[in-house]
Amino acid sequence: MKAKFLASAGIVAATAVALTGCSGGNGSGGGSGSEAASCTNTIVNAEAPQVTVWAWYPAFNEVVDQFNNANDDVQICWTNAGQGNDEYTKFSTSIESGSGAPDVIQLESEVLSSFTIRDALVDLTEFGANDVKADYAEGAWEDASSGDAVYAIPVDGGPMGMLYRQDIFDAAGIAVPTTWEEFQAAAEKLKASGNGAVIADFPTNGRAFNQALFAQAGSVPFEYDSANPQEIGIKVNDEGAKKVLEYWDGLVKDGLVATDDAFTADYNTKLVDGSYAVYLAAAWGPGYLQGLSDADPDAVWRAAPLPQWDAANPVQVNWGGSTFAVTEQAKDKELAAKVAMGIFGNEEGMNLGVDKGALFPSYAPVLDSPEFADKEYEFFGGQQINKDVFLEAAAGYEGATFSPFQNYAYDQLTVQIYAMVQGEKDASQALDDLQASLEQYATEQGFTIK
Amino acid sequence: MATTTAPTSSHSAEASQQVKHRPDRSYRRRQRWGWLFVAPFALIFLTFLILPLVYAFRMSLFTSTLATGNKFVGADNYVKAFTDPIFLQGLGTVAKFALIMIPAQMIVALVAALVLDNLATWASKFSRLMIFIPYAVPVVIGALMWGFLYSPRFGPASDIFAIFGLAAPEFLAQSNIFGSLVNIVTWQWAGYYMIIIYAALRGIDPGIYEAAVLDGASDRQIATRIKIPMISSSLVMVVIFALIGTLQFFTEPQVLRAVAQGAIPTSYTPNMYAFSLAFSYSQFNYASAISFALGIVVFVFSFFFLFLTRKQSGLK
Repeated sequence: MKAKFLASAGIVAATAVALTGCSGGNGSGGGSGSEAASCTNTIVNAEAPQVTVWAWYPAFNEVVDQFNNANDDVQICWTNAGQGNDEYTKFSTSIESGSGAPDVIQLESEVLSSFTIRDALVDLTEFGANDVKADYAEGAWEDASSGDAVYAIPVDGGPMGMLYRQDIFDAAGIAVPTTWEEFQAAAEKLKASGNGAVIADFPTNGRAFNQALFAQAGSVPFEYDSANPQEIGIKVNDEGAKKVLEYWDGLVKDGLVATDDAFTADYNTKLVDGSYAVYLAAAWGPGYLQGLSDADPDAVWRAAPLPQWDAANPVQVNWGGSTFAVTEQAKDKELAAKVAMGIFGNEEGMNLGVDKGALFPSYAPVLDSPEFADKEYEFFGGQQINKDVFLEAAAGYEGATFSPFQNYAYDQLTVQIYAMVQGEKDASQALDDLQASLEQYATEQGFTIK
Repeated sequence: MATTTAPTSSHSAEASQQVKHRPDRSYRRRQRWGWLFVAPFALIFLTFLILPLVYAFRMSLFTSTLATGNKFVGADNYVKAFTDPIFLQGLGTVAKFALIMIPAQMIVALVAALVLDNLATWASKFSRLMIFIPYAVPVVIGALMWGFLYSPRFGPASDIFAIFGLAAPEFLAQSNIFGSLVNIVTWQWAGYYMIIIYAALRGIDPGIYEAAVLDGASDRQIATRIKIPMISSSLVMVVIFALIGTLQFFTEPQVLRAVAQGAIPTSYTPNMYAFSLAFSYSQFNYASAISFALGIVVFVFSFFFLFLTRKQSGLK
């Protein structure tokens, strides 16, 4: 009897161990090591030392070829290790295992402090980053630095604007809203017109999108300086955030906006098939829209500035935008820093990014050039959307501070906004709960809360 | 055993030693060969399973927070895990899945196997294949496919319901996601369990059925009184598979999360919680502890199930 008991225990133990084994925290550290890297691109000058780069920019291969042709003393070995969180997961595993990270890596500015706190990124000031500071848009540079340290070189930004369907607006007799008050009136008018469209989507998983809308009303969710990494100020439930979320909660309750998850196939289709009349977008939004299928062939798209809370004092916000950082695992940090500064830090490279990859440049010589301002976009019926909307938005953006656990903060934000949309709590309660959960998390992680 | 070679004339200690050792040596030599054959497997088993497990276990005894460094904390992480409301909530979720999903799969699999066992036409072979096919679809692909089928835009549901003038249910909404996941898993695994049960049924001596028919048993009586009891050990095995799989529920909700981020939070099941802790929030130590804690729970559940069914499974 006892033996049988033990026998069954043995069988169970073996099965349980076999099946749980794979979820243990030991990552295999995939991706290319600096040593035996396999590049996506062809190396032009085999003699020169190579710098490995992870990036997911569209049409990046052309930028890499341009760089490699123009440089004899260094060559880029490029790998696309996935977009956004996919890449961060790999990078994170490489940091944990101590090897496998590239020399230079594309990171969105919002995750920089999540990696600096793990000592994964090199402060570029000692490699001359401050010498090129004047070449970059102020807000973008602010996002890439923390205190005196500069952890990345800005590449592209996401100043926000409003892309709208002129045809739907005209049919319903709606004027382009310039304030959020007008936006609500437009939403009501559109609903009353009964054409089935809603004015916009308010995704519960909007993450940086939601946060950017809060920031427009003056919300400053985090205070954090990498020079003082154990201290953090958290105020995600400040007045600005509550004001904005209450506004959207009202629109949701009145059925004036949709609450579809963003970045799903459904959402992508609805963006272009006339389900939403407005796409509140970043400067990379137009490029994103053009890549979507099932578009309404009669759509007439135009761009306008983001609606304001106070038309007299417009506030510009940013959604997304990315940078190049140098990792601590880079063998030759100086060379890596040179590459990080050089890929898009010249007009040829940045112009390729703008023309082929639809990037909104942070590199001032291109950003401030008349060619960029006057660029006409066929998708918008020849409208000069940069001049009309995004340049002003970029110029007004002053930068933001993100937490060193931004991914967690966003996931929790999604949980709370979803609960609000489900009618479980009101906007104010949702943000208070978010504040509580982030404070608890920060304390557990050993931070002192300011 | 092999005593014939011992010299009869002398009773030296040497001789008796020889007698004692010879079988031992050949036995050992054979064992060496045995180990050689086992070696390739053992090596892989060690490198890819045992070592990572030991490493993960060691990690689970330390703590490393974002703001402070690495520190040995012993069982603290386990205490934290078993009092962590998120982990416990996840366990509650998979327990609910186990209560609904396992019976659902078992009933579908058992009924299908019993019906197919009774038929002997080409239709039975065809149906057997059709029921089994979902299992041949990789889990991730299956979940992705269902993600599209559930989509209000791309899925057929809105068209089908429209015929009857009804609005299609929102399969990916918070209130329906549970049923949607149960459906995916049952669709995928019932066929596999059906094959196991069917194979067990084919192993029964048909003579028993003849005897039962002579005794006046109906088809239903044969099924419930003879077939099911005779395949009880296979049924126990199938339930154990389903139980372990359900407690470790991961792939389907993780894939569906891409289209239902609100309804499926990152900590929906314990395994998803461990995954996001490690790879999204860089808490490798606590994630290891959660993994082992889940392992312990799986062990305890399976152990008690096997203990309770020791009579049916033949372990007793």
